Amino acid sequence: MLSPTDPMIDIVDLCKRFTKGKETITIFDGLNLAIPRGDFVAVMGPSGSGKTTLLNLLGGIDRSDTGGIEVAGERLDRLSESELSRWRASHIGFIFQFYNLMPMLTAAQNVELPLLLTRLGRKERRERVETALGVVGLADRVKHYPKEMSGGQQQRVAIARAIVSDPALLLCDEPTGDLDRTTADEVLSILQVLNRDLGKTIVMVTHDPAAAQYAKRSLHLDKGHFIEKELAA
Amino acid sequence: MNDLVLIRKNLFRRKLRAVLMMVSILIAFAIFAVLASFERAFNAGQDRATPDRLVVLNKINFTQPLPISYYNRVAAIDGVAQITHFSWFGGYYQEPRNFIAAFAVDPENWMKLRDSDFVFPPEVRAAFIRERTGVLVGARMMEKWGWKIGDHIPISSSIWSQKNGSHAWDFIIVGSFTARIPQADTNVMLMGYDYFNETRSFGKDLINWLALRTTSVAANERVTDAIDGMFANSPYETTTDSEKAFNKAFAAQLGNVALIVELVVGAAFVTILMIVGNTMVMTVRERTREIGVLKTLGFPGGRILRLVLGESILLALLGGLPGLCVALLLITRVRDSLMSFVPTLSLYPDIAAAAVGLMVVFGIITGLVPALNAMRLNIVTALGRS
Repeated sequence: MLSPTDPMIDIVDLCKRFTKGKETITIFDGLNLAIPRGDFVAVMGPSGSGKTTLLNLLGGIDRSDTGGIEVAGERLDRLSESELSRWRASHIGFIFQFYNLMPMLTAAQNVELPLLLTRLGRKERRERVETALGVVGLADRVKHYPKEMSGGQQQRVAIARAIVSDPALLLCDEPTGDLDRTTADEVLSILQVLNRDLGKTIVMVTHDPAAAQYAKRSLHLDKGHFIEKELAA
Repeated sequence: MNDLVLIRKNLFRRKLRAVLMMVSILIAFAIFAVLASFERAFNAGQDRATPDRLVVLNKINFTQPLPISYYNRVAAIDGVAQITHFSWFGGYYQEPRNFIAAFAVDPENWMKLRDSDFVFPPEVRAAFIRERTGVLVGARMMEKWGWKIGDHIPISSSIWSQKNGSHAWDFIIVGSFTARIPQADTNVMLMGYDYFNETRSFGKDLINWLALRTTSVAANERVTDAIDGMFANSPYETTTDSEKAFNKAFAAQLGNVALIVELVVGAAFVTILMIVGNTMVMTVRERTREIGVLKTLGFPGGRILRLVLGESILLALLGGLPGLCVALLLITRVRDSLMSFVPTLSLYPDIAAAAVGLMVVFGIITGLVPALNAMRLNIVTALGRS
């Protein structure tokens, strides 16, 4: 069980390599990182520096070669695939660059997807969906399909889907990479509210320095190691 | 929302493709149900055959006659419990296209022998034995032609003629009978052999075949050998076989129906299986990224497998069940016109149930490969795919 003083993320001596043909590419070699609960961290770095790989490892959708990854009090390297699935469903909210909504489902149905993995009844699921869509300001778009919404609105639906099961950690992979500046600012403001008012820990991978300004601190990945910068007040 | 809604939404995300696949499956199962029903109807005689009943035929083939004298000689053989004889009348009503399945029989013994198949009310039994010009007509034939007991009906023969040169016989319907078992065909007419034999202009004292019941199944072989041995080297040698084998040989005159059914259905199924299976693989492949997202949200592999399999099974049922309805409509429409040839033609519940089972199997087979692929899909690979 996670105590209030325990870090949300604790990475110790992490190693991750990829094999491409006969070549082995080392992404991380002895990476260490601790992120406290309630933090909002922007992870920046050049292409190929391992930002998305780090996010995948934190979300339990990729595995490390060696080293320990503890997220929300759980050692991910010790969980089986099915245990990881259950853990992800209850602890992690993912937000992708291209929203990744199901085109044949309405906004409400997309948001409801993670709740199908819970034991909640239909009424409670509907209430939670309405609340989540209300948080992102889309209470009036419940029955709209993704193709009927703008990119910004779709990303807000994706945020609602990420928070609907009330996870402790939000992992965002270039959440504003496909949006114009104004819309990006709206989305980032929502993330900031989720962090500040609801206490969500957020790790956001981004190339955009302006987006990183919304985080409390920024970590720069370079050759498998972090360089930290303090940001927001 | 629940998994069924998710399955349905996935299935109909491309409506035209889903409808075309459903039409393919509809055709396959309509063919299956119609041909299986015909096959069942053709073989109904085999189904109702009882193991202690034997048929004695001319050794050349069943169209060649036997002398009526064989009747008493076979009846005297030890092990023969009941016996009757049949003569094919080749009848039609009013016009040659109105085919009537009619036989000249020994009334009393025929009814005794077929007591296990049909219900003969006592007054009908007595009337058929008593009235020389009377005919006994099955319930379906009565219904088909709108006849009632007491009607005088002219029945012509495409084979026989009377001594006065006429091909038509005037009969009185003295009774009707119903089926005791579903496979028993009541689209049939029976007349007294004595009247038929006395009035016909040729073929006197000949019959087509004998049907008998042995005292027990164990006696079949001994009785068979005794009959065929008795008439060996005579002008009318016999071959004695079980009623089931006789009915099967009779049905074989119409071709190897079972083989046709298997080949046609098999070809249609394999073709449609490949088309639907390939389409399912493509459909799931197109959704690789979405499956990756579902897994990222926490959907376990087993649930992804069930969603994809559920989609292929739903597709098979949505195509197959209307296919059964089409088959039912087709059979209902053609049943009356084919009643004379396949009187028990019907879409039986067990054929419908087998078809539904086959739909589920079909759905599993077509969906299994894409479902397993989806279940095993690596999330990182899936999300990296555009």
